[in-house]
Amino acid sequence: MTSISEDSDKEKVRSVSVDLNNDASLVIDIPDALCERDKVKFTIHIKTTLSSFQKSEFSVPRQHEDFIWLHDTIVETEEYAGLIIPPAPPKPDFEGPREKMHKLGEGESSMTKEEYAKMKQELEAEYLAVFKKTVQVHEVFLQRLSSHPMFRKDRNFQIFLEYDQDLTVRRKNAKEMFGGFFKNMVKSADEVLISGVKEVDEFFEQEKIFLLDYSSKIKDATAKAEKMTRSHKNVADDYNHISGAMNSIAADNNTAFKKHLEKCAEVFEKLRKLEDRVASDQELKLTELLRYYTRDIQAAKDLLYRRARALADYENSNKTLDKARLKGKDIAQAEENQKQCLRKFDKLSESGKKELTSFKARRVVAFRKNLIEMTELEIKHAKNSMSLLQGSIEILNSN
Amino acid sequence: MSGSFGRNPPPLPDSEDQEAEFDTRVLDSDEEEEDEEGEDIFTGARSKPITPTSAPDEGDIFSEEGSYIRRDVHHATNGLHSDEELDLFTEATVELTLTSTTSQGRREITGPTASACNTTHVPNSILKPSVVTKTMEELEEEESGDKFELNIAVTNPEKIGDGMNAYMSYKVSTRTTLPMFPNKMFSVRRRFSDFLGLYEKISAKHSLLGCIIPPPPQKSVVGMTKVKVGKEDSSSAEFVEKRRAALERYLQRVVAHPSLLQDPDVREFLERDELPRAVNTQTLSGPGLLKMINRASDAVNKMTIKMNESDNWFESKLQEVENEEQLLRRLHAAVDSLVNHRKELCINTAVFSKSVAMLGSVEENSALSRALSQLAEVEDKMEQLHQQQTFSDFFILAELLADYVRLLGAVRCCFEQRMKVWQRLQEAQSTLQKKREAEAKLLWANKPEKLQQAKDDINEWESKVSQYERDFERVTCTVRKEVLRFEKERARDFKHYIVKYLESLLHTQHRLVKYWEDFLPEVKAIA
Repeated sequence: MTSISEDSDKEKVRSVSVDLNNDASLVIDIPDALCERDKVKFTIHIKTTLSSFQKSEFSVPRQHEDFIWLHDTIVETEEYAGLIIPPAPPKPDFEGPREKMHKLGEGESSMTKEEYAKMKQELEAEYLAVFKKTVQVHEVFLQRLSSHPMFRKDRNFQIFLEYDQDLTVRRKNAKEMFGGFFKNMVKSADEVLISGVKEVDEFFEQEKIFLLDYSSKIKDATAKAEKMTRSHKNVADDYNHISGAMNSIAADNNTAFKKHLEKCAEVFEKLRKLEDRVASDQELKLTELLRYYTRDIQAAKDLLYRRARALADYENSNKTLDKARLKGKDIAQAEENQKQCLRKFDKLSESGKKELTSFKARRVVAFRKNLIEMTELEIKHAKNSMSLLQGSIEILNSN
Repeated sequence: MSGSFGRNPPPLPDSEDQEAEFDTRVLDSDEEEEDEEGEDIFTGARSKPITPTSAPDEGDIFSEEGSYIRRDVHHATNGLHSDEELDLFTEATVELTLTSTTSQGRREITGPTASACNTTHVPNSILKPSVVTKTMEELEEEESGDKFELNIAVTNPEKIGDGMNAYMSYKVSTRTTLPMFPNKMFSVRRRFSDFLGLYEKISAKHSLLGCIIPPPPQKSVVGMTKVKVGKEDSSSAEFVEKRRAALERYLQRVVAHPSLLQDPDVREFLERDELPRAVNTQTLSGPGLLKMINRASDAVNKMTIKMNESDNWFESKLQEVENEEQLLRRLHAAVDSLVNHRKELCINTAVFSKSVAMLGSVEENSALSRALSQLAEVEDKMEQLHQQQTFSDFFILAELLADYVRLLGAVRCCFEQRMKVWQRLQEAQSTLQKKREAEAKLLWANKPEKLQQAKDDINEWESKVSQYERDFERVTCTVRKEVLRFEKERARDFKHYIVKYLESLLHTQHRLVKYWEDFLPEVKAIA
């Protein structure tokens, strides 16, 4: 069982998006998380002045599956069809640390005490990194909901926040109710539909072109960023092995040689920590940013998709009305249907426009914030490396 | 086991003045201009102070070791070198962006107070004035004393011939104040097999005395074939540079050894115009095969020899050496892994940079779009930094470790030689014993005619035994000295190269800070 407390972490990673939690009427954060075997339990902390809640400050434990349930119910709510639904947080992936822990357990007998301690340290660092990421992304999800005028009023959202017992039972019921109609639609058809539909509105035409292009580019950038971060981690690992090997040689020796090697091993050990921080900060600020916005862009595309469907429905209703008029029966019904489709389409277009516009602004602000933070961290780590190296060079030269 | 001394290229001197200074050149009359530039570099190094900023960006490439190489590309008076050579260089310099490999070996030949080699490497844009002045002080201090110097550099790799018969020829330049050399400055051209031939000769003469013979660089069929075939790409340029640096270190170690330096074969190697082709070095030649067989039988012998030592020193030292060889191999493997991973990082960074550039071009917000393009540029610069760092990883650290793994092998050989000498003594002693027994038998059997023969035999073997005893004493003493010398050299070498490597890392981090600090205002400008 491992747990972290976000409060103790100096470099608290707030959120990928900004402008959340600005409204004091409903403030949500995840200060803690527990990892129990396969399950991660998040502690959600809520502070609110809204009367719709029973208490003004409280905490509640939730699992990842609860978040998914909440996301799905929102997606399936017709009312929200014209809104960009905040993307669901991905499942916490502890595969890496778990593998390492397994290796650690197996190789315990064959390793020296120092090696074991080092590997354990590495393992803890990796756990921490995965934790940070997953807490961040779950937190942002909730904050997106709480800061949105419509979502924050959602009944299920309130249940999620307040219900003081296990949500598992409620989840099952909900699934039966909705039947997952939206989910069953073939998602890959969305691009075809979106691009196929004739667009009259200039705004949406532009958005369509932009989103489709941007979506593929950001997906690509995310993948490449992941590879780059992976390489950084490998280099840090190598520093670790080099340090260990140097220490082994130094242990056997009794001359000036020993001193030089020990010093160098020490430098590599410290460099490794710095390189690791560089890699994980880059991951958290850059790669996660790209990942998040890949998902958000997908959510925006989903909105376009729903609107395109509504447009298709409207056009179909027109055809039905014409047919009905020709046949001379069910005209009233067809007219009603057509009116409804039009209303729906108009509503989607109107809210869609608002959502997409604020999405732009949100994206730009988030990129700015994260890029600034990443750059500042890179500078900090590089300066630390520099002073470490300068100090060591001086010591070695003076010997 | 070698020293190194990094310098910045001195300003271009006036060609006429240099030529006038020249007196007789015994060797290579047609290489006069080459030596002239040799003169430049050497005098430049000795007298001119190292100016901090005298390593411009063009000097990035091989600013250190590159003294020769840079000369070729920039020296106005350089008219001699063929276009081919220049091209090879430019190719080499362009492909192998930077770094700080050693340029010269500097050896104090005499004096018990011989100080350690200078270990300066002034990275391109970083300056620590304190380090620089210290170097200058050291230089002055050494020059004031009555010390003799010998500097060797291996440069100017040039491809001779075409196709499968082609080979690389290297320039071996020597500068010295040692009285035993008639000239103070001279150079010759040698090919790889010449170096191997030198090793064979030295080995044959000195290994039985218990000396640690520096091993030459390894052969590489793959590497050389690529060069022969004419593949002028970065990997073959890298191979040539790797070999050039290895040959230089090899020679520096050879001349650092006081008794090897006195060897006439070594002198001939450095001085003589044309060396007879060393054919014994080919793997599949008669001698080559013989060598392999000998090595195999040696290995068997090693297992069966068991000496009884009066002094535990040899046994424990040999154990130490064997352990260290193992551990160094492990370290070398770790550094190798680092080199490969950093190469991967280069590639991935470059790919990422392009991807970010694409993203930036699609971005509608103009400030963000600009920032993303800037980010792409920063990542591009980082890729180059990583590339340079990879070279440092390899040429400073990995090659040092590879050298020492082989050197430890040579130390082991040295111990084995001592054992062989001991074994010879043992055999002689047992033969003597047999002869004595034979004599006793003859006396008892009363055969006076054979007695004289037996007595002669005994005398012969008695003198052999005492000769071998002396030999063994001498070898024991030599091996001890050699090991102590080796350990001193090793400490010195490692310190030098470790510092150099850390300096390269420092340089990289310094650049990193600069790139990110330049980028920060761009990001902040996003509205």
